[in-house]
Amino acid sequence: MRPGFFLREAMRGLRRSSAPALAALLTVLLTALVLGVFIPIVQATTGTANEVRSRVVADVYVKESATQVEQAELEQAIRDTTGVKSVEFISKGEALARAQAKNPKAFKAGAELLGSNPLPASFRVTPDDPDRLDEVVSALAPNGRPALAAIDEVRDREEDTDKILSATGLVKALTAGLAVLLLVASIALIANTIRLSIYARRREVEVMKLVGATNWFIRWPFVIEGVIVGFFGGLLAILLLTIAKETFIDPLSERFELLAAPETIDFPLLIVVLMLACIAVSAVGSGITLRRFLRV
Amino acid sequence: MASVEARPAAAGARKRTRAPEPDVAVVQLKNVTKVYDGGSVAVDHASLRIGRGEFVFLVGPTGCGKSTCIRLLQKEIEPSEGEISIAGRMLGEIPRSRVPYLRRNIGVVFQDYKLLPNRTVYDNVAYSLQVIGESRQDIRRKVPDILRLVGLSTKLHNFPDELSGGEQQRVSIARAFVNHPPLLLADEPTGNLDPETSIGIMQLIYRINRTGTTVVVATHDKEMVDKMRRRVIELREGRIVRDEQSGLYRPDESTTEFAIRLRGELGVGPEGHPN
Repeated sequence: MRPGFFLREAMRGLRRSSAPALAALLTVLLTALVLGVFIPIVQATTGTANEVRSRVVADVYVKESATQVEQAELEQAIRDTTGVKSVEFISKGEALARAQAKNPKAFKAGAELLGSNPLPASFRVTPDDPDRLDEVVSALAPNGRPALAAIDEVRDREEDTDKILSATGLVKALTAGLAVLLLVASIALIANTIRLSIYARRREVEVMKLVGATNWFIRWPFVIEGVIVGFFGGLLAILLLTIAKETFIDPLSERFELLAAPETIDFPLLIVVLMLACIAVSAVGSGITLRRFLRV
Repeated sequence: MASVEARPAAAGARKRTRAPEPDVAVVQLKNVTKVYDGGSVAVDHASLRIGRGEFVFLVGPTGCGKSTCIRLLQKEIEPSEGEISIAGRMLGEIPRSRVPYLRRNIGVVFQDYKLLPNRTVYDNVAYSLQVIGESRQDIRRKVPDILRLVGLSTKLHNFPDELSGGEQQRVSIARAFVNHPPLLLADEPTGNLDPETSIGIMQLIYRINRTGTTVVVATHDKEMVDKMRRRVIELREGRIVRDEQSGLYRPDESTTEFAIRLRGELGVGPEGHPN
């Protein structure tokens, strides 16, 4: 009987004070809309930043004189170094092919001129954590002196690496800061609207307390109201987001591959997250705000 | 959820008419002082004892501490000093979470009725039964009963703002009495009402007292008090200055006789509410 009673009480509350409830619903709706747009943007940005960071690599050049065995040993040594994520072998021929692809004219002429391939074979080392490339490099070549005989030189393209790391770091920090700001603003906005709608009914709460209602007996209907408001606010926001996605983003991403490229949250997952957030925030918000008026 | 504390109330209602038993203290104040945060002294070392089934008037001019006493008894506020006990239980020892269970044993009636504005008469009364976890069948049975008792059986589905002041006060009395609390507190129950309506309300409260419920009425309507000849406790600037068993106690006087006597003494005609 109890849950039914509380549900009926909540419905009565919504019917009888529909204006504040509507205001709360609109607040939830707007917040969810903003979050729904912002979450994929944040993800795309950090995704792009991470993608750029993954280009941070070190090249281990192999001596011309190294034998097959030494080369295999070297590869194993690199793989065994801590902090190494992957190792890619680039043979002399492949190095030439890549260089030619980058700058066809110069290399076509240059290779014919030289008559032989001047490029050394190398291992391209990708670190687990781009910020810790230094450690990998110094493990392979302490103080610039190769640790193994087969190594000619270890290069980490210092300048590029530094630039990439600082730029992407800044982007990540900025988006994280924005996300936090937005989240705080949303919660404050929703809490305020709920507070107003409950403030209008504080007399009612006072009477309930005088009749001998326990705090939870009073609180449940308000929490259920919060759940209902959050549910419908979230539902409307998701509907709007879906329409926006179908009409604007989807046709665009078909035409421009770039837009779809960064890894973003799945739309269904986004919907679930938004829905749960809306319901939780408005239900918990109502419950907590009520606490002030329950002290009679 | 039907609490243990709610039971004595039901037991009290079983005998419809009972003589007062002054030996059993329902309300006891020992040296109670209440000083508000601003420094104003509302109650000053008050001690009193109210026995079971008594009908007590708390009188005095505005600001003498009547309402503070009522609020202290409901544990709405805490005394600065002294002890209050209701039915032998020290209020100071009841933890916050148990206060609702205390209040279920105390019916309260206010000058401004304090009805829930968005509920019908029926729902207002039903709420205090829903609070104690009464079953729906019991609510359906008890609410119309009590509303018939207070003379509002035709206004079940009206909202409070559609009723007159006297009718609203009747609803609030019905709500206070529907689960038969052993103690009924009324804070200026007739403060907003005209004399004829006031008599109807006092008659109703007296009727409730006749079922064995202890009644404490705070009022400044001295004339009404004198005519009713019940125990009177007078407060002045927070101190008890008079406590007398004034007037005759007539255990056989029916509520109708009582109203007729009161009407005669106040000079109002015999017409009025059927109750």
